[in-house]
Amino acid sequence: MSDDTFLRVRDLKIGATAYPPGEPPKWIEIVHGVSFDLEKGKVLGLIGESGAGKSTIGLAALGYGRGGVDISGGEVWVNGRNILASGMRDLRRLRGAEVTYVSQSAAASFNPAKKLMEQVIEASVRHGRFSKSKAEKRAVELFAKLGLPDPETIGNRYPHQVSGGQLQRVMTAMALCPQPDLVVFDEPTTALDVTTQIDVLKAIKEAIADTGVAAIYITHDLAVVAQVADDIMVLRMGEKVEYGTTDQIINAPQEDYTRALVSVRSIRHEEKHPTDEPVLSVQNITARYRGTSFDVLHDVSVDVYPGQTLAVVGESGSGKSTLARVITGLLPPRDGQIEFTGRTLSPALEGRTREDLRELQMIYQMADVAMNPRHTVGTIIGRPLEFYFGLKGAAKKKRIKELLDEIEMGEGFLDRYPAELSGGQKQRVCIARALAAKPKLIICDEVTSALDPLVADGILKLLLNLQKSENVAYLFITHDIATVRAIADSIAVMYQGRVQRYGVKSTVLAPPFDDYTDLLLSSVPEMELGWLEEVVEHRRMTSAGN
Amino acid sequence: MKNIPLAALIGLFFTGLYFLAAILAPLLAPYGMAQIVGDVWEPSSSRHWLGTDSIGRDLLSRMIYGGRTTIFIATAATLLSFFTGSVLGLIAAVIGGWVDQLLSRFIDLIMSIPTLIFALVVLSVMPVTIPILILVMGLLDSTRVFRLARAVAVDINVMDFVEAAKLRGEGRIWVIFREILPNALSPLVAEMGLRFIFAVLFVSTLSFLGLGVQPPQADWGGIVKENKDGIVYGIPAALIPAVAIATLAISVNLVADWVLNRTTSLKGGRG
Repeated sequence: MSDDTFLRVRDLKIGATAYPPGEPPKWIEIVHGVSFDLEKGKVLGLIGESGAGKSTIGLAALGYGRGGVDISGGEVWVNGRNILASGMRDLRRLRGAEVTYVSQSAAASFNPAKKLMEQVIEASVRHGRFSKSKAEKRAVELFAKLGLPDPETIGNRYPHQVSGGQLQRVMTAMALCPQPDLVVFDEPTTALDVTTQIDVLKAIKEAIADTGVAAIYITHDLAVVAQVADDIMVLRMGEKVEYGTTDQIINAPQEDYTRALVSVRSIRHEEKHPTDEPVLSVQNITARYRGTSFDVLHDVSVDVYPGQTLAVVGESGSGKSTLARVITGLLPPRDGQIEFTGRTLSPALEGRTREDLRELQMIYQMADVAMNPRHTVGTIIGRPLEFYFGLKGAAKKKRIKELLDEIEMGEGFLDRYPAELSGGQKQRVCIARALAAKPKLIICDEVTSALDPLVADGILKLLLNLQKSENVAYLFITHDIATVRAIADSIAVMYQGRVQRYGVKSTVLAPPFDDYTDLLLSSVPEMELGWLEEVVEHRRMTSAGN
Repeated sequence: MKNIPLAALIGLFFTGLYFLAAILAPLLAPYGMAQIVGDVWEPSSSRHWLGTDSIGRDLLSRMIYGGRTTIFIATAATLLSFFTGSVLGLIAAVIGGWVDQLLSRFIDLIMSIPTLIFALVVLSVMPVTIPILILVMGLLDSTRVFRLARAVAVDINVMDFVEAAKLRGEGRIWVIFREILPNALSPLVAEMGLRFIFAVLFVSTLSFLGLGVQPPQADWGGIVKENKDGIVYGIPAALIPAVAIATLAISVNLVADWVLNRTTSLKGGRG
């Protein structure tokens, strides 16, 4: 062990007690003997899909296991002592002082009743690292370093008075304040918009470099971790898949799984040009929510052509999902109209015919709440068949099986409940439910954003294949440019309720860009080293040019 | 069965015992319900296991028949309150708007009057028969069920799968009974146990105050009332129905607790 090795994890085993219904509780191991070293001033990226054990390993560096999770074996050496063998008193001295933690959802982690400054300095003062005034001074320095506005006074605000991206940076300041030796970042940018993510990422990277701490950076996004980490460990189902330098993992992955992660979103889709009449024509829609006094959508017009995909892109709050609600009739617009297969749709859901409803289906972001947890897969897919086509008995069952085949799941799933499916399978069932109605248009609202990259990839491929075989059109709402590149024929970029840019994919994604589209496009992390610096430089040049 | 915790087993045993005794009362009771068979307040003996009551009726027989009345009224009132309360609650949550406002404010109005006083006023102007008793108790209790059902359903009503059903064009009946009800069932079933106990306590209270079950019909609250004067002389006859009420309340609670724990961890169950 070299002198610089600050954190040494050997053969770490972590397990949890599972409570399967109707069976006695049983012990399952979720991390199977993981080892790594971390030197001072280095950043280790832990990457893997959900359930890979990334967060569990990250927390083990604090000697902590979440509720029901036990560290069952191995050693975690921090600063030359095995913290798994030390008592609560030692751990208390360690946590929040030597090792600190930045969680995914800053909004849920701050106490809404206390001012930011109080919370940022709490650990430093409690651990006696600094006096109150010194800690406050240090916090202000960190706020400035992290690029927060008004570093002198921002600490006097309450958590709800700053934006999500700022809160995440305040939390980073909180973690850095006690001058820790190690910071564990647990998906710190996952909940943020791409345009915000880049600022936080840059702030974190600079702060790590300036303070010289060691860091563990946990994420599911390889492109993000490539920007900040020195070494990367790829995890899958609690086991190490590959461990190497960032350069090696990105440019010369050894394992198949890593290779798949690196080349994810490699779908190539030739764009189709608008053909005849659009299947859906949204004309000059202006809409606001009931009881509010401002418009969420301003004069939005887009067309979707049969068998093609229109991607609606934008960050949260840009009005993408509201547009979907207007089209489905859940939110009648204040102005404008919607034409669908040549006829004008009634603005409100109640006024639409069953045929209108059948031909316009929707798939949701969160597949697990989009299905009734008390219905089986068979009931979920069968209901539209029964409802729209009056299919019953054997005919219905036959069609359900066909649909299950189409979504690449077998008839073995017929009697399963949603809780017994994986995330990707749930989304597939939702797709089958939409397809069952034989629609002309499916609205896909962020259908892949809750899924792991490889699973999302599978869903996108499935959607593209189905588009070919069923000639169904998609209105695809997403904030992810990579998805758009993969599947869109035309694109509408939305910003603050307006369509900022609209046209076929090749035109929209080609310069010259307007400012917002440029910002959006350049914010999407790319899987190459040094991308972050390039973008920051590009932004500096652009703003200097203005 | 081997996974049932001890507390729930005890609860199940006593609940089962009381219900069985209630159903089989005419077979189990050694004497008739209102039959005078001995002296006043005889101590327990081999002829009268629990002794006799204030006018010389066999207390064990009175207890068994009393349990039958009490449990029957409480069960019927609970079922009535559940039916009315949950149907109205689900309707209010799904339809929303002024229907919800009207129903909710009306329920608030009733709930603002203490239940016992409300019941006493109503029963003092109405003939006190068992159907009327059930009706009054059931309707008053349904306000609580309404509140719970509406609160649970409002949560479920905004979930995507309900929206998906509405987008499909489903009618309200389907939405209420096929989408929302199955998901609202587990908190409602657990609540049912608690409401049943309140109904037992409620009918006992009413009988004790003289506005519940009328003599010579036996019921637990009434037995306490008939024998309460004996306490002064050290005669425990009034305590026996009190113990019965307490044990029934506790055991049903234990069962309800277990049901709640079980249903929330079921496959596909919601918290």
